[in-house]
Amino acid sequence: MELTKQEQAMLDGKEGYATRKSMEILVALGEIFGAKNLINVGSVQVAGVSYHNLGDAGLEFLNSLAKDGKVKVLTTLNPAGMDLENWRQLGISEEFAEKQNLVIDAFQRMGILVSCTCTPYLIGNLPLYDEHIAWSESSAVTFANSVLGARTNREGGPSALAAAFVGKTPCYGLHLDENRVPDVHVKVEVELSKISDWGALGYAVGKKAENKTPYITGIKTAQLDELKNFCASIVTYGTKPLFYVKNITPSADQQPIPKETVYIEASDIKNAYDSINDDTAEIDFVCVGCPHCSIKEIQEIVDIIQNKKVKKDVELWVATSRTVKQLADKRGYTAIIEAAGGKFACDTCMAVAPLKGRFNALATTSAKGCFYSRQNLMKTKMGSMKECIEAAVSGKWNI
Amino acid sequence: MEHLKGRIIYKGTVEGEALTTSMPISFYGGVDPNTGIVLEKGHELEGMSIKDKILVFPQGKGSTVGSYTLYRMKKNNTAPLGMINKETETIVAVGAIISEIPFIDKVDITKIKTGNKVTIENENLKLF
Repeated sequence: MELTKQEQAMLDGKEGYATRKSMEILVALGEIFGAKNLINVGSVQVAGVSYHNLGDAGLEFLNSLAKDGKVKVLTTLNPAGMDLENWRQLGISEEFAEKQNLVIDAFQRMGILVSCTCTPYLIGNLPLYDEHIAWSESSAVTFANSVLGARTNREGGPSALAAAFVGKTPCYGLHLDENRVPDVHVKVEVELSKISDWGALGYAVGKKAENKTPYITGIKTAQLDELKNFCASIVTYGTKPLFYVKNITPSADQQPIPKETVYIEASDIKNAYDSINDDTAEIDFVCVGCPHCSIKEIQEIVDIIQNKKVKKDVELWVATSRTVKQLADKRGYTAIIEAAGGKFACDTCMAVAPLKGRFNALATTSAKGCFYSRQNLMKTKMGSMKECIEAAVSGKWNI
Repeated sequence: MEHLKGRIIYKGTVEGEALTTSMPISFYGGVDPNTGIVLEKGHELEGMSIKDKILVFPQGKGSTVGSYTLYRMKKNNTAPLGMINKETETIVAVGAIISEIPFIDKVDITKIKTGNKVTIENENLKLF
Protein backbone atom coordinates (compact mmCIF):
# COMPACT_ATOMS: atom_id res chain seq x y z
CA MET A 1 0.00 0.00 0.00
CA GLU A 2 1.32 3.45 -0.86
CA LEU A 3 1.50 5.93 1.99
CA THR A 4 1.85 9.70 1.78
CA LYS A 5 4.64 11.37 3.74
CA GLN A 6 2.19 12.39 6.42
CA GLU A 7 0.77 8.86 6.70
CA GLN A 8 4.27 7.38 6.90
CA ALA A 9 5.07 9.85 9.69
CA MET A 10 2.00 8.68 11.61
CA LEU A 11 3.11 5.06 11.12
CA ASP A 12 6.57 6.03 12.39
CA GLY A 13 5.03 7.36 15.59
CA LYS A 14 5.54 11.11 14.92
CA GLU A 15 1.99 11.79 16.19
CA GLY A 16 2.27 9.51 19.19
CA TYR A 17 1.29 6.03 20.28
CA ALA A 18 -2.44 5.89 19.44
CA THR A 19 -1.92 7.14 15.90
CA ARG A 20 0.99 4.75 15.35
CA LYS A 21 -1.01 1.76 16.65
CA SER A 22 -3.95 2.85 14.49
CA MET A 23 -1.79 3.10 11.39
CA GLU A 24 -0.43 -0.39 12.11
CA ILE A 25 -3.98 -1.77 12.14
CA LEU A 26 -5.02 0.16 9.00
CA VAL A 27 -1.88 -0.78 7.07
CA ALA A 28 -2.27 -4.45 8.07
CA LEU A 29 -5.88 -4.43 6.83
CA GLY A 30 -4.91 -2.56 3.67
CA GLU A 31 -2.17 -5.09 2.87
CA ILE A 32 -4.47 -8.08 3.55
CA PHE A 33 -7.34 -6.80 1.44
CA GLY A 34 -5.23 -5.31 -1.35
CA ALA A 35 -5.91 -1.60 -0.79
CA LYS A 36 -3.74 0.71 -2.90
CA ASN A 37 -4.04 3.66 -0.53
CA LEU A 38 -5.84 5.24 2.38
CA ILE A 39 -8.89 7.46 1.78
CA ASN A 40 -10.40 10.21 3.92
CA VAL A 41 -13.51 9.33 5.87
CA GLY A 42 -16.36 11.73 6.64
CA SER A 43 -17.27 10.19 9.98
CA VAL A 44 -16.74 7.22 12.27
CA GLN A 45 -19.11 5.18 14.42
CA VAL A 46 -17.33 3.27 17.18
CA ALA A 47 -18.73 0.00 18.57
CA GLY A 48 -17.37 -1.89 21.56
CA VAL A 49 -18.57 0.46 24.31
CA SER A 50 -20.30 -1.80 26.83
CA TYR A 51 -18.07 -2.99 29.64
CA HIS A 52 -20.12 -6.19 29.35
CA ASN A 53 -18.54 -6.95 25.98
CA LEU A 54 -15.16 -5.25 26.46
CA GLY A 55 -14.23 -6.65 29.87
CA ASP A 56 -11.02 -5.51 31.58
CA ALA A 57 -9.02 -6.54 28.52
CA GLY A 58 -10.95 -4.13 26.30
CA LEU A 59 -10.85 -1.34 28.88
CA GLU A 60 -7.07 -1.64 29.08
CA PHE A 61 -6.82 -1.51 25.29
CA LEU A 62 -8.93 1.69 25.20
CA ASN A 63 -7.01 3.32 28.03
CA SER A 64 -3.73 2.71 26.23
CA LEU A 65 -5.12 4.56 23.19
CA ALA A 66 -6.74 7.35 25.23
CA LYS A 67 -3.36 8.45 26.62
CA ASP A 68 -2.52 10.45 23.51
CA GLY A 69 -5.20 9.58 20.95
CA LYS A 70 -7.50 12.32 19.57
CA VAL A 71 -10.06 11.69 16.84
CA LYS A 72 -9.66 13.66 13.61
CA VAL A 73 -13.26 13.40 12.29
CA LEU A 74 -16.82 13.42 13.65
CA THR A 75 -16.94 10.27 15.77
CA THR A 76 -20.04 8.91 17.48
CA LEU A 77 -20.40 6.06 19.93
CA ASN A 78 -22.43 2.87 20.08
CA PRO A 79 -24.63 1.97 23.08
CA ALA A 80 -22.99 1.35 26.45
CA GLY A 81 -23.88 -1.40 28.90
CA MET A 82 -26.15 0.89 30.92
CA ASP A 83 -28.18 4.07 30.91
CA LEU A 84 -25.47 6.55 31.89
CA GLU A 85 -27.84 8.51 34.15
CA ASN A 86 -30.60 6.14 35.15
CA TRP A 87 -28.59 2.92 35.64
CA ARG A 88 -29.66 2.27 39.22
CA GLN A 89 -33.34 2.12 38.31
CA LEU A 90 -32.53 -0.42 35.60
CA GLY A 91 -30.90 -2.72 38.12
CA ILE A 92 -27.25 -2.22 37.14
CA SER A 93 -24.70 -2.92 39.89
CA GLU A 94 -22.37 -0.25 41.35
CA GLU A 95 -19.41 -2.36 40.34
CA PHE A 96 -20.50 -2.52 36.68
CA ALA A 97 -21.35 1.19 36.60
CA GLU A 98 -17.92 2.10 37.88
CA LYS A 99 -16.21 0.09 35.12
CA GLN A 100 -18.63 1.36 32.46
CA ASN A 101 -17.89 4.95 33.46
CA LEU A 102 -14.15 4.28 33.04
CA VAL A 103 -14.85 3.10 29.47
CA ILE A 104 -16.92 6.23 28.74
CA ASP A 105 -14.20 8.40 30.28
CA ALA A 106 -11.62 6.87 27.93
CA PHE A 107 -13.79 7.67 24.90
CA GLN A 108 -14.40 11.23 26.17
CA ARG A 109 -10.65 11.79 26.40
CA MET A 110 -10.30 10.69 22.77
CA GLY A 111 -12.71 13.47 21.73
CA ILE A 112 -15.56 11.13 20.80
CA LEU A 113 -19.19 12.27 21.19
CA VAL A 114 -20.84 10.18 23.89
CA SER A 115 -23.93 9.66 21.75
CA CYS A 116 -24.30 6.00 22.81
CA THR A 117 -26.68 4.95 20.09
CA CYS A 118 -26.73 2.38 17.30
CA THR A 119 -28.72 4.87 15.19
CA PRO A 120 -26.17 7.68 14.71
CA TYR A 121 -28.01 8.62 11.50
CA LEU A 122 -30.98 9.75 13.63
CA ILE A 123 -28.98 12.08 15.87
CA GLY A 124 -26.69 14.07 13.60
CA ASN A 125 -24.14 11.66 12.12
CA LEU A 126 -25.82 11.35 8.74
CA PRO A 127 -23.47 10.41 5.89
CA LEU A 128 -24.21 11.56 2.35
CA TYR A 129 -24.70 9.38 -0.70
CA ASP A 130 -21.34 7.99 -1.90
CA GLU A 131 -19.50 9.43 1.11
CA HIS A 132 -16.70 7.27 2.48
CA ILE A 133 -17.05 6.53 6.19
CA ALA A 134 -15.63 3.99 8.64
CA TRP A 135 -18.42 2.65 10.79
CA SER A 136 -18.81 -0.25 13.11
CA GLU A 137 -22.19 -1.42 14.54
CA SER A 138 -23.43 -3.93 12.01
CA SER A 139 -26.99 -2.55 11.77
CA ALA A 140 -25.75 1.02 11.22
CA VAL A 141 -23.15 -0.14 8.68
CA THR A 142 -25.90 -1.88 6.72
CA PHE A 143 -28.21 1.14 6.97
CA ALA A 144 -25.44 3.52 5.84
CA ASN A 145 -24.45 1.35 2.86
CA SER A 146 -27.90 0.31 1.74
CA VAL A 147 -30.43 2.97 2.75
CA LEU A 148 -28.17 6.02 2.58
CA GLY A 149 -25.81 4.83 -0.16
CA ALA A 150 -22.69 5.79 1.81
CA ARG A 151 -19.62 3.53 1.66
CA THR A 152 -18.21 1.62 4.58
CA ASN A 153 -16.83 -1.78 5.35
CA ARG A 154 -18.19 -3.56 8.39
CA GLU A 155 -15.48 -2.23 10.68
CA GLY A 156 -14.65 -3.92 13.94
CA GLY A 157 -14.60 -1.69 17.03
CA PRO A 158 -10.78 -1.33 17.00
CA SER A 159 -10.48 -0.65 13.25
CA ALA A 160 -13.20 2.03 13.44
CA LEU A 161 -11.28 3.66 16.28
CA ALA A 162 -8.08 3.45 14.23
CA ALA A 163 -9.84 5.22 11.33
CA ALA A 164 -10.99 7.96 13.72
CA PHE A 165 -7.44 8.65 14.99
CA VAL A 166 -6.04 8.75 11.46
CA GLY A 167 -9.11 10.26 9.72
CA LYS A 168 -8.70 7.66 6.98
CA THR A 169 -9.39 4.05 6.10
CA PRO A 170 -7.80 1.67 3.59
CA CYS A 171 -9.65 1.73 0.27
CA TYR A 172 -10.92 -1.81 -0.25
CA GLY A 173 -14.12 -3.82 -0.08
CA LEU A 174 -17.31 -1.78 -0.08
CA HIS A 175 -15.44 1.47 -0.77
CA LEU A 176 -14.95 0.25 -4.35
CA ASP A 177 -17.66 0.16 -7.07
CA GLU A 178 -16.84 -3.38 -8.15
CA ASN A 179 -17.63 -4.81 -4.74
CA ARG A 180 -21.02 -3.12 -4.50
CA VAL A 181 -22.64 -4.94 -7.40
CA PRO A 182 -25.55 -7.17 -6.33
CA ASP A 183 -25.07 -10.85 -7.15
CA VAL A 184 -28.27 -12.54 -6.06
CA HIS A 185 -31.82 -11.58 -6.99
CA VAL A 186 -34.15 -12.04 -4.03
CA LYS A 187 -37.80 -12.13 -5.08
CA VAL A 188 -40.05 -11.46 -2.11
CA GLU A 189 -43.39 -13.11 -2.72
CA VAL A 190 -45.02 -12.41 0.59
CA GLU A 191 -46.75 -9.36 2.08
CA LEU A 192 -45.11 -7.93 5.18
CA SER A 193 -47.70 -6.76 7.67
CA LYS A 194 -45.88 -5.84 10.88
CA ILE A 195 -42.49 -4.57 12.01
CA SER A 196 -41.23 -7.99 13.13
CA ASP A 197 -41.96 -9.39 9.65
CA TRP A 198 -39.04 -7.23 8.50
CA GLY A 199 -36.81 -8.94 11.05
CA ALA A 200 -38.07 -12.31 9.84
CA LEU A 201 -37.38 -11.22 6.26
CA GLY A 202 -33.85 -10.21 7.28
CA TYR A 203 -33.34 -13.65 8.78
CA ALA A 204 -34.64 -15.39 5.64
CA VAL A 205 -32.66 -13.23 3.19
CA GLY A 206 -29.52 -13.37 5.36
CA LYS A 207 -29.60 -17.16 5.34
CA LYS A 208 -30.55 -17.58 1.66
CA ALA A 209 -28.19 -14.96 0.21
CA GLU A 210 -25.25 -16.48 2.12
CA ASN A 211 -22.30 -14.16 1.46
CA LYS A 212 -23.82 -12.49 -1.60
CA THR A 213 -25.23 -8.97 -2.06
CA PRO A 214 -29.01 -9.13 -2.48
CA TYR A 215 -31.01 -7.23 -5.07
CA ILE A 216 -34.48 -7.40 -3.59
CA THR A 217 -37.70 -7.05 -5.57
CA GLY A 218 -41.34 -7.46 -4.60
CA ILE A 219 -41.36 -4.91 -1.78
CA LYS A 220 -43.75 -2.08 -2.60
CA THR A 221 -43.24 0.31 0.30
CA ALA A 222 -40.92 0.62 3.24
CA GLN A 223 -40.64 3.03 6.15
CA LEU A 224 -37.57 4.13 8.04
CA ASP A 225 -38.31 1.97 11.10
CA GLU A 226 -38.96 -1.08 8.94
CA LEU A 227 -35.67 -0.69 7.08
CA LYS A 228 -33.84 -0.06 10.37
CA ASN A 229 -35.23 -3.36 11.72
CA PHE A 230 -34.43 -5.21 8.48
CA CYS A 231 -30.83 -3.90 8.41
CA ALA A 232 -30.23 -5.17 11.94
CA SER A 233 -31.58 -8.61 11.13
CA ILE A 234 -30.06 -9.27 7.70
CA VAL A 235 -26.52 -8.71 8.95
CA THR A 236 -27.06 -10.65 12.18
CA TYR A 237 -28.22 -13.77 10.36
CA GLY A 238 -26.28 -13.16 7.15
CA THR A 239 -22.90 -11.63 6.35
CA LYS A 240 -23.18 -8.83 3.73
CA PRO A 241 -23.87 -5.32 5.06
CA LEU A 242 -25.25 -4.14 1.72
CA PHE A 243 -28.48 -4.77 -0.17
CA TYR A 244 -30.61 -3.04 -2.76
CA VAL A 245 -34.41 -2.82 -2.78
CA LYS A 246 -35.93 -1.94 -6.13
CA ASN A 247 -37.67 1.46 -6.13
CA ILE A 248 -36.72 2.05 -2.48
CA THR A 249 -32.97 2.26 -1.86
CA PRO A 250 -30.71 4.66 -3.79
CA SER A 251 -29.08 3.48 -7.02
CA ALA A 252 -31.02 0.18 -6.97
CA ASP A 253 -32.40 1.02 -10.38
CA GLN A 254 -28.90 1.46 -11.83
CA GLN A 255 -27.81 -2.02 -10.77
CA PRO A 256 -27.82 -5.01 -13.11
CA ILE A 257 -30.39 -7.61 -12.04
CA PRO A 258 -28.44 -10.70 -10.93
CA LYS A 259 -29.16 -13.98 -12.74
CA GLU A 260 -29.07 -16.16 -9.65
CA THR A 261 -32.52 -15.97 -8.10
CA VAL A 262 -33.89 -17.05 -4.73
CA TYR A 263 -37.47 -16.71 -3.54
CA ILE A 264 -38.84 -15.64 -0.19
CA GLU A 265 -42.26 -17.12 0.38
CA ALA A 266 -44.67 -17.17 3.29
CA SER A 267 -43.10 -20.43 4.47
CA ASP A 268 -39.66 -18.74 4.75
CA ILE A 269 -41.11 -16.01 6.99
CA LYS A 270 -42.86 -18.66 9.08
CA ASN A 271 -39.61 -20.65 9.37
CA ALA A 272 -37.81 -17.51 10.53
CA TYR A 273 -40.36 -16.94 13.30
CA ASP A 274 -40.24 -20.63 14.27
CA SER A 275 -36.48 -20.51 14.52
CA ILE A 276 -36.30 -17.19 16.43
CA ASN A 277 -39.22 -17.85 18.79
CA ASP A 278 -38.85 -20.19 21.73
CA ASP A 279 -41.58 -22.13 23.43
CA THR A 280 -42.80 -19.89 26.26
CA ALA A 281 -46.15 -18.47 27.28
CA GLU A 282 -44.85 -16.30 30.14
CA ILE A 283 -42.97 -13.04 29.48
CA ASP A 284 -41.06 -11.16 32.18
CA PHE A 285 -39.04 -8.74 30.03
CA VAL A 286 -40.20 -6.62 27.13
CA CYS A 287 -37.59 -4.58 25.32
CA VAL A 288 -38.26 -2.51 22.22
CA GLY A 289 -35.66 -0.41 20.44
CA CYS A 290 -33.19 -2.71 18.69
CA PRO A 291 -32.03 -0.70 16.81
CA HIS A 292 -32.83 2.26 19.09
CA CYS A 293 -36.42 3.56 18.87
CA SER A 294 -37.12 6.52 16.64
CA ILE A 295 -39.46 9.23 17.93
CA LYS A 296 -42.18 7.74 15.72
CA GLU A 297 -41.86 4.36 17.43
CA ILE A 298 -42.13 6.06 20.81
CA GLN A 299 -45.34 7.69 19.58
CA GLU A 300 -46.65 4.23 18.68
CA ILE A 301 -45.83 2.93 22.15
CA VAL A 302 -47.67 5.86 23.71
CA ASP A 303 -50.77 5.16 21.62
CA ILE A 304 -50.81 1.53 22.76
CA ILE A 305 -49.84 1.92 26.41
CA GLN A 306 -51.97 4.92 27.34
CA ASN A 307 -54.30 4.07 30.26
CA LYS A 308 -52.69 0.64 30.71
CA LYS A 309 -50.28 -0.66 33.34
CA VAL A 310 -47.22 -2.84 32.93
CA LYS A 311 -47.81 -6.00 34.97
CA LYS A 312 -46.07 -6.32 38.32
CA ASP A 313 -42.87 -8.37 37.96
CA VAL A 314 -42.63 -7.56 34.25
CA GLU A 315 -40.09 -4.99 33.02
CA LEU A 316 -40.72 -2.88 29.94
CA TRP A 317 -37.67 -1.13 28.51
CA VAL A 318 -37.85 1.44 25.75
CA ALA A 319 -34.31 1.57 24.37
CA THR A 320 -33.44 4.79 22.59
CA SER A 321 -30.82 7.48 22.27
CA ARG A 322 -30.75 10.26 24.84
CA THR A 323 -31.31 12.75 22.02
CA VAL A 324 -34.57 11.08 20.96
CA LYS A 325 -35.66 10.75 24.58
CA GLN A 326 -35.27 14.52 24.98
CA LEU A 327 -37.84 14.94 22.21
CA ALA A 328 -40.09 12.42 23.97
CA ASP A 329 -39.66 14.33 27.26
CA LYS A 330 -40.72 17.62 25.67
CA ARG A 331 -43.74 16.07 23.98
CA GLY A 332 -44.92 14.41 27.21
CA TYR A 333 -44.38 10.87 25.89
CA THR A 334 -41.86 9.94 28.56
CA ALA A 335 -44.33 10.83 31.31
CA ILE A 336 -47.06 8.65 29.75
CA ILE A 337 -44.79 5.62 29.32
CA GLU A 338 -43.36 5.97 32.82
CA ALA A 339 -46.81 6.44 34.35
CA ALA A 340 -47.77 3.11 32.77
CA GLY A 341 -44.78 1.50 34.47
CA GLY A 342 -42.43 1.43 31.45
CA LYS A 343 -38.79 2.45 31.77
CA PHE A 344 -36.57 4.29 29.36
CA ALA A 345 -33.20 2.68 28.73
CA CYS A 346 -31.15 5.40 27.06
CA ASP A 347 -27.53 4.95 25.96
CA THR A 348 -27.92 1.16 26.12
CA CYS A 349 -29.86 -1.82 24.82
CA MET A 350 -30.67 -5.47 25.38
CA ALA A 351 -27.79 -6.63 23.18
CA VAL A 352 -25.04 -5.05 25.30
CA ALA A 353 -26.42 -4.60 28.85
CA PRO A 354 -25.42 -7.15 31.53
CA LEU A 355 -28.74 -9.01 31.69
CA LYS A 356 -27.62 -12.60 32.17
CA GLY A 357 -29.84 -14.39 34.64
CA ARG A 358 -32.11 -11.40 35.30
CA PHE A 359 -35.03 -12.45 33.10
CA ASN A 360 -36.49 -15.68 31.78
CA ALA A 361 -38.36 -14.66 28.67
CA LEU A 362 -38.09 -11.66 26.36
CA ALA A 363 -40.67 -10.18 24.03
CA THR A 364 -39.30 -7.80 21.40
CA THR A 365 -39.90 -6.39 17.93
CA SER A 366 -36.33 -7.24 16.94
CA ALA A 367 -34.87 -10.39 15.36
CA LYS A 368 -31.41 -9.08 16.24
CA GLY A 369 -32.50 -8.58 19.84
CA CYS A 370 -33.53 -12.24 20.01
CA PHE A 371 -30.12 -13.38 18.73
CA TYR A 372 -28.18 -11.44 21.38
CA SER A 373 -30.52 -12.39 24.22
CA ARG A 374 -29.45 -16.01 23.94
CA GLN A 375 -26.15 -15.20 25.61
CA ASN A 376 -28.25 -13.86 28.48
CA LEU A 377 -30.10 -17.18 28.69
CA MET A 378 -33.53 -15.75 27.83
CA LYS A 379 -36.26 -17.42 25.85
CA THR A 380 -37.44 -15.11 23.08
CA LYS A 381 -40.65 -14.07 21.33
CA MET A 382 -40.74 -11.66 18.41
CA GLY A 383 -43.80 -9.70 17.33
CA SER A 384 -45.35 -6.32 16.54
CA MET A 385 -45.10 -3.28 18.80
CA LYS A 386 -48.69 -3.94 19.87
CA GLU A 387 -48.02 -7.59 20.71
CA CYS A 388 -44.94 -6.62 22.72
CA ILE A 389 -46.62 -3.85 24.72
CA GLU A 390 -49.62 -6.11 25.38
CA ALA A 391 -47.22 -8.79 26.63
CA ALA A 392 -45.81 -6.22 29.06
CA VAL A 393 -49.33 -5.55 30.32
CA SER A 394 -50.45 -9.18 30.62
CA GLY A 395 -47.16 -10.98 31.23
CA LYS A 396 -48.25 -13.46 28.56
CA TRP A 397 -47.46 -14.05 24.91
CA ASN A 398 -50.69 -14.58 23.10
CA ILE A 399 -49.71 -15.89 19.70
CA MET B 1 0.06 -35.32 5.09
CA GLU B 2 -1.26 -32.58 2.85
CA HIS B 3 0.23 -29.13 2.21
CA LEU B 4 -1.98 -26.12 1.56
CA LYS B 5 -1.13 -22.43 1.14
CA GLY B 6 -3.20 -19.48 2.27
CA ARG B 7 -2.97 -15.72 2.78
CA ILE B 8 -1.47 -14.48 6.05
CA ILE B 9 -3.83 -12.40 8.14
CA TYR B 10 -1.67 -12.65 11.26
CA LYS B 11 1.61 -14.47 10.98
CA GLY B 12 2.77 -17.16 13.37
CA THR B 13 3.33 -20.84 13.92
CA VAL B 14 0.87 -23.00 15.74
CA GLU B 15 -0.13 -26.65 15.92
CA GLY B 16 -3.43 -28.08 17.08
CA GLU B 17 -6.61 -29.98 16.41
CA ALA B 18 -9.05 -28.64 13.84
CA LEU B 19 -12.62 -27.73 14.71
CA THR B 20 -14.41 -27.15 11.43
CA THR B 21 -17.75 -25.60 10.50
CA SER B 22 -19.29 -24.58 7.20
CA MET B 23 -21.22 -21.79 8.98
CA PRO B 24 -20.03 -18.19 9.61
CA ILE B 25 -19.41 -17.18 13.24
CA SER B 26 -20.37 -14.08 15.23
CA PHE B 27 -17.90 -14.00 18.10
CA TYR B 28 -19.86 -11.47 20.13
CA GLY B 29 -23.15 -13.06 21.13
CA GLY B 30 -22.29 -16.27 19.33
CA VAL B 31 -19.46 -17.44 21.61
CA ASP B 32 -19.09 -17.25 25.41
CA PRO B 33 -15.79 -15.40 26.01
CA ASN B 34 -15.41 -16.93 29.48
CA THR B 35 -15.56 -20.55 28.34
CA GLY B 36 -15.03 -20.54 24.57
CA ILE B 37 -18.31 -22.40 24.05
CA VAL B 38 -20.40 -21.60 20.96
CA LEU B 39 -23.85 -20.29 21.96
CA GLU B 40 -25.60 -19.59 18.67
CA LYS B 41 -28.85 -21.48 18.37
CA GLY B 42 -28.79 -23.93 15.49
CA HIS B 43 -25.07 -23.42 14.79
CA GLU B 44 -23.16 -26.57 13.82
CA LEU B 45 -20.76 -25.89 16.69
CA GLU B 46 -23.46 -25.04 19.28
CA GLY B 47 -22.33 -26.31 22.68
CA MET B 48 -18.75 -27.02 21.54
CA SER B 49 -15.66 -25.22 22.80
CA ILE B 50 -13.33 -23.38 20.40
CA LYS B 51 -10.70 -22.91 23.12
CA ASP B 52 -7.25 -24.13 22.08
CA LYS B 53 -8.53 -25.41 18.72
CA ILE B 54 -7.53 -24.51 15.20
CA LEU B 55 -10.89 -22.96 14.34
CA VAL B 56 -11.86 -23.45 10.70
CA PHE B 57 -14.86 -21.49 9.38
CA PRO B 58 -15.80 -19.62 6.20
CA GLN B 59 -15.86 -16.06 7.61
CA GLY B 60 -17.19 -13.84 10.40
CA LYS B 61 -20.68 -12.37 10.57
CA GLY B 62 -22.82 -10.29 12.91
CA SER B 63 -21.55 -8.01 15.64
CA THR B 64 -18.73 -5.58 15.00
CA VAL B 65 -17.72 -6.04 18.63
CA GLY B 66 -16.42 -9.48 17.65
CA SER B 67 -12.83 -8.15 17.38
CA TYR B 68 -12.88 -7.31 21.10
CA THR B 69 -14.43 -10.68 21.95
CA LEU B 70 -11.44 -12.43 20.37
CA TYR B 71 -9.05 -10.10 22.23
CA ARG B 72 -10.83 -10.82 25.47
CA MET B 73 -10.80 -14.58 24.83
CA LYS B 74 -7.06 -14.41 24.22
CA LYS B 75 -6.54 -12.67 27.58
CA ASN B 76 -8.90 -15.19 29.26
CA ASN B 77 -7.08 -18.16 27.69
CA THR B 78 -10.29 -19.27 25.95
CA ALA B 79 -9.30 -18.25 22.40
CA PRO B 80 -8.61 -20.61 19.52
CA LEU B 81 -4.89 -21.36 19.03
CA GLY B 82 -5.17 -20.45 15.38
CA MET B 83 -7.81 -19.72 12.77
CA ILE B 84 -8.41 -20.59 9.13
CA ASN B 85 -11.08 -18.95 6.94
CA LYS B 86 -12.32 -19.45 3.42
CA GLU B 87 -12.24 -15.67 2.97
CA THR B 88 -12.08 -13.45 6.01
CA GLU B 89 -13.57 -10.02 6.70
CA THR B 90 -12.48 -7.04 8.73
CA ILE B 91 -13.94 -7.93 12.16
CA VAL B 92 -12.23 -11.28 12.59
CA ALA B 93 -9.05 -10.02 10.88
CA VAL B 94 -8.72 -7.10 13.33
CA GLY B 95 -9.53 -9.41 16.23
CA ALA B 96 -6.68 -11.72 15.22
CA ILE B 97 -4.27 -8.81 14.65
CA ILE B 98 -4.80 -7.18 18.07
CA SER B 99 -4.95 -10.58 19.84
CA GLU B 100 -1.93 -11.96 17.92
CA ILE B 101 -3.67 -15.19 16.91
CA PRO B 102 -2.05 -16.92 13.89
CA PHE B 103 -4.62 -16.70 11.12
CA ILE B 104 -4.72 -17.51 7.41
CA ASP B 105 -7.48 -17.41 4.82
CA LYS B 106 -8.03 -18.20 1.12
CA VAL B 107 -7.87 -21.88 1.96
CA ASP B 108 -10.19 -24.64 0.70
CA ILE B 109 -11.63 -25.31 4.14
CA THR B 110 -13.64 -28.33 2.97
CA LYS B 111 -10.34 -30.26 3.05
CA ILE B 112 -9.97 -29.76 6.79
CA LYS B 113 -12.05 -32.08 8.96
CA THR B 114 -12.78 -31.72 12.65
CA GLY B 115 -10.17 -33.70 14.57
CA ASN B 116 -7.45 -33.30 11.91
CA LYS B 117 -4.08 -32.35 13.33
CA VAL B 118 -3.16 -29.04 11.70
CA THR B 119 -0.01 -26.93 11.61
CA ILE B 120 -0.12 -23.28 10.55
CA GLU B 121 3.29 -21.85 9.71
CA ASN B 122 2.81 -18.33 8.36
CA GLU B 123 1.08 -18.89 4.97
CA ASN B 124 1.68 -22.65 5.00
CA LEU B 125 -0.79 -25.16 6.28
CA LYS B 126 -0.07 -28.84 6.95
CA LEU B 127 -2.81 -31.41 7.52
CA PHE B 128 -2.06 -34.71 9.24
